[in-house]
Amino acid sequence: MPNQQKQCKHLEKVCNKLNEYESYRKFLIYKDKVLAMGNDSLEKTIAIALSLCFICAILVSFSAVALKPLQIYNKDLDMKKNILDVAGLLEEGMDIDKAFADKIEAKVVDLETGDYVENIDANAYDQRKAAKDPAQSVAIPKEKDIAHIRVKAKLAKVFLVKEGGSLKSIILPVSGYGLWSTLYGFLSLDPDGQTVQSINFYDQAETPGLGGEVVNPNWRALWKGKKVYAVTDQPSLEKGLIPEADVGEPALSLIKGTVDTSKPGSEYQVDGLAGATLTSTGVSNLIRYWMSQEGFAKYLSKVRVNQGAKS
Amino acid sequence: MSAVLDKVGLDSETQKVVTTPLVENNPITLQVLGICSALAVTSKMSTSLIMALALTLVTAFSSAAISAIRNHIPGSIRIIVQMTIIASLVIVVDQILKAFAFDVSKQLSVFVGLIITNCIVMGRAEGYAMKNPPLESFWDGIGNGMGYSLILVTVAFFREILGAGKLLGFEVLKLTKDGGWYDPNGLMLLPPSAFFIIGLIIWGVRQWKPNQRETVDYKIMSIAHGEGGHH
Repeated sequence: MPNQQKQCKHLEKVCNKLNEYESYRKFLIYKDKVLAMGNDSLEKTIAIALSLCFICAILVSFSAVALKPLQIYNKDLDMKKNILDVAGLLEEGMDIDKAFADKIEAKVVDLETGDYVENIDANAYDQRKAAKDPAQSVAIPKEKDIAHIRVKAKLAKVFLVKEGGSLKSIILPVSGYGLWSTLYGFLSLDPDGQTVQSINFYDQAETPGLGGEVVNPNWRALWKGKKVYAVTDQPSLEKGLIPEADVGEPALSLIKGTVDTSKPGSEYQVDGLAGATLTSTGVSNLIRYWMSQEGFAKYLSKVRVNQGAKS
Repeated sequence: MSAVLDKVGLDSETQKVVTTPLVENNPITLQVLGICSALAVTSKMSTSLIMALALTLVTAFSSAAISAIRNHIPGSIRIIVQMTIIASLVIVVDQILKAFAFDVSKQLSVFVGLIITNCIVMGRAEGYAMKNPPLESFWDGIGNGMGYSLILVTVAFFREILGAGKLLGFEVLKLTKDGGWYDPNGLMLLPPSAFFIIGLIIWGVRQWKPNQRETVDYKIMSIAHGEGGHH
């Protein structure tokens, strides 16, 4: 068969080896038979469809498997970058892996009790994955689900920044529904569990330029120094859009327009995003949810007690 | 343009295959294909450049692959065969982006996957690659991909500069919120604005090249000179 010889010019050894097998020879004969058939015969249609699927499947799975380690590394690096960023430790051109390993400690917290869970590997724990696993998550009752996330993982992964043995910041994962998408982000707090250091959203698909401005550094800078829990009762704002908060309840919210710092209660308020009412409401709700008893309130009060005992 | 193509070693026939889709037979402005992604990914220059590159490569390689087996594709399943090849290539591109350009792939998100349904890729496979040899089909894919890219980048240029005062992420017009003079047009960041820009481009091209104007299928009757008086 001249056709076969031509193909074997480059891979002579491989072809010679293959030719030793009866089934390979049969395959070649069948291949030529199929190619010679009329295009619309049933057998050729099926043979072409099957072999095309086979070749494409190899191509797709090869690229997926071969590039997987690099993709996981990228995702991981991106997450670390975001955590360093919210902790205020990110610098241009730094070695992210090293900085993360040196300065940041991952911990797993049981949201039910607010205690650390020591018997699992915190670095390997994936809270977003756990939230999708019925065994590791709980459904949120509808009336409490103000962040519209439906389920939450029983265990949350928090990050601690320590310097010289003392706690510098607590980084908490938060998530909630905005206008188009679920926003995933981190909120970093002072060791008092009350004062905001920074916030960032690493995964969101809000409208670019409007709701998408949640990633804008200028807007994010407005969060610094804001307080989470009400020290005095806070009234409901904007015709009931932002609920009231009694003492000890999370009061931090986004308001419409610019915050008037001379007014009482402004320490619980952040400028809303212009032209993005629904994203702003979503951000307010997710903060209120994750800072409530459903979220990190128990954990944060335990942190405060521990900090008090130390000092 | 033709000097560059000469260097690549293309004969004049193939050069025509590459250059006509740029203006003469542009997939977006004349064929009006691939509008969906032209609306979706053009709010920034950087994302549209990557999208344009990804689409050009997919169109070129899928056209070449489909053309290579065109004489053996059974007519009854030809669209599915084309789709399978295109989809496989798109997945490979998506995987490569996720591995080597993670930030961009995050921004493009679902739209890389949607190249599969981009009418340009299918259109070229069905309209050209099924009838022409692989090498020509490859260049046809490159040409159409570049025609698409040209429009995409033009639209993104206007949307980014008018909507955010930036080009490729660099500040060009200083925004009022940062103490400058330019008040950005938020509409430009929303997909519908691309409709207006593409519409204006199509109008401009058809003013320039009147032979692209479509013949009118029917004439709207004027009330004044029509039979009138029904009311």
